[in-house]
Amino acid sequence: MSRNLILGAGLSSLVVLAALLSFVWTPYDYAALNIPAKLQTPNAQHWFGTDHFGRDMFSMIMVGARTSIAVALLAVGIGMSLGVPLGLAAAARKGSWLDELIMRGNDLVFAFPSLVIAILITAVFGAGAVNAIIAIGIFNIPVFARITRGAALSLWEREFIMAARVAGKGAARISAEHILPNVANLLIVQGTIQFSLGILAEAGLSYVGLGAQPPTPSWGRMLADAQTMVSFAPHLALIPGFAIILTVLGLNLMGDGLRDWLDPRIRVARS
Amino acid sequence: MKRIVNRGLVSGLALSAALFAGAAWAKDDITIAMQLEPPHLDPTSAAAQAIDSVVYVNIFEGLTRFMGDGSIVPALAESWEISDDGTVYTFKLHEGVTFHDGSAMDAEDVKFSLDRARAEDSANAQKALFAGIDSVDVVDPLTVKVTLKEPNGNFLFNMAWGDAVIVAPESIENIKTAPVGTGPYTLGEWVQGDKIVLNRNPGYWGAEPALEQATFKFISDPTAAFAAMMAEDVDVFTGFPAPENLPQFEADPRFQVLVGSTEGETILSTNNKQPPFDNIKVRQAMAHAIDRQAIIDGAMFGYGTPIGTHFAPHNPAYVDLTGNSAYDPDKAKALLAEAGFPDGFETTLHLPPPSYARRGGEIIAAQLAAVGIKAEITNVEWAQWLETVFKGKNFGLTIVSHTEPMDIGIYARPDYYFQYDNPAFQELMTTLNSTTDPDKRTELMQQAQRMISDDYVNGYLFQLAALSVAKAGVQGLWANAPTAATDLSAISWSE
Repeated sequence: MSRNLILGAGLSSLVVLAALLSFVWTPYDYAALNIPAKLQTPNAQHWFGTDHFGRDMFSMIMVGARTSIAVALLAVGIGMSLGVPLGLAAAARKGSWLDELIMRGNDLVFAFPSLVIAILITAVFGAGAVNAIIAIGIFNIPVFARITRGAALSLWEREFIMAARVAGKGAARISAEHILPNVANLLIVQGTIQFSLGILAEAGLSYVGLGAQPPTPSWGRMLADAQTMVSFAPHLALIPGFAIILTVLGLNLMGDGLRDWLDPRIRVARS
Repeated sequence: MKRIVNRGLVSGLALSAALFAGAAWAKDDITIAMQLEPPHLDPTSAAAQAIDSVVYVNIFEGLTRFMGDGSIVPALAESWEISDDGTVYTFKLHEGVTFHDGSAMDAEDVKFSLDRARAEDSANAQKALFAGIDSVDVVDPLTVKVTLKEPNGNFLFNMAWGDAVIVAPESIENIKTAPVGTGPYTLGEWVQGDKIVLNRNPGYWGAEPALEQATFKFISDPTAAFAAMMAEDVDVFTGFPAPENLPQFEADPRFQVLVGSTEGETILSTNNKQPPFDNIKVRQAMAHAIDRQAIIDGAMFGYGTPIGTHFAPHNPAYVDLTGNSAYDPDKAKALLAEAGFPDGFETTLHLPPPSYARRGGEIIAAQLAAVGIKAEITNVEWAQWLETVFKGKNFGLTIVSHTEPMDIGIYARPDYYFQYDNPAFQELMTTLNSTTDPDKRTELMQQAQRMISDDYVNGYLFQLAALSVAKAGVQGLWANAPTAATDLSAISWSE
């Protein structure tokens, strides 16, 4: 295992642990306002200080991690569960009208700038975590469809697939039993990358007020709220900012490390 | 007598203006920033306060006008006489007043303006101001007689509103983009989305103002507002959107901070027809669940005065009724149980963009949650707010500041968005409108304040503070905002 993978997995699991822990324990109630205690800098009672309503920043970051992870995870889930079958189907029927339909549909979605469309979706259907998940999820579909189709196409040429066809297996069964396991590595790596992009997209949406609505904490909204206070309470912006940076960095390092680790060619070269 | 005093004042102003003009080093232009850009420039056909902020007493003038302290003084009307029964107002107009296009302003224009505003198909946003007018008659070119259906003690006040300014029939067609008024400034240039430039009107009938040119810049983002002011890109920011930044300006010798009062009663508007808010016990419970001081400190960083009814605290007729809805969560819970909601209920809370609403909303949602009321927050833009809440009445709760002066009358309109329908209150307002005796009026206004407070129509939060930041050398700015206005004639540079 490479150093990237260890560092990335460490950072990512730290965030995941914080999110999981927040279900059972946070130092303070994340939604409890305590206005006399507002704008404290980090100290022994409030490890990350307090915000403009006197809420404990550490608790908010923990619960915010939960929001980010939940939105990104579900969005990647939507992308994978729709994109992978589409990609497999397109590869199995290469060159057919179905392939064309799926891939041109993907091109269509790809052609739009994702965050702008996500803003459009949430503006039309209302701001909130669920619509943010759907908006981000839709843009994950073509990513997974393409990568699956590309990898599957080269597999279809291989002898063991030929053997399966000779044995009388249908396209759907071959896709599920032989193709899918062989593209799983790629999907895991891509999933990690998409996950980090999902975290960024969620932060972007909630920064413009279209993500999870208050009082549910979200890192992007914490940044937006801190904007006018940067000059006298910089920790309000720095802390959620670093949370986003470290999470995305961790996931990207992990994705890189996983690719190196799972890629058979590199593995062979290394051994 | 009134006339003499007035002339004296005018010539005094003219003299001081002349002295200023003689001083070669005096800066004679200014850049004033505000948050919202006007949708157009006709104050007589829209409710947008941003229009008045630019044009009121700069481009357009009415028969009377507001001063910075809230008093009403003569403007285009030099003097007036009121008949003994209080129904006939005879206005004597100033002589030699011309519109920006050179045409004379006379009694015909006054008649045109008032008739236009009160017409059946009028687009005026405050038609109620003119509802009591029975007829407008031209006596001679400088005398106009307004007959009211019944005495109205508010009439001179009504005529001071931006919605009642005098316009000319010749230029009415393009008034929204090419406003032609009688004021001391003319429209120079309007770069949409950026700025409006006003130039001094050389043919102005009154005293010449000190400033040659004024530029209104529109900066909606609070962070950008802070940056523009700090970088001295603008000279003044009226209605500064980020109260949290004011201490920094106060500490900086380059700037001055003006904290005054506005006519903005900031309230937790409640949909009185939507269950469970049709139950007075529920509304009372909410009133006791709210801690006003926490909202003022948390959302406005201490700027604002708690209110207990829909009335401005700086008004002499104001009654402090905050005790009627003192913060008492236990009482709130008990009242909810009495009303049949021991476990609370769920509702919606629509929040428009200003920080008093967005931040105040988060605090109120937390305070309501503490007594069991779960208010789901939806942040909306102004257009959406007008559509859903104001016109559609499709909301449970919302937070908004009612910035019109003396607007307790909205509670007499059962179809107004918060849908308070109380015949006793409507009757009280009718009586008030037909009463001219000041003591009697005060009594009636206090009665009205008590009635809506006792009915817990809305959650009364605080009076919005007027927050302005200016460079140290700017003088003559209005600290208070009795109406939306930027009185350029009063502004000058100290060196």
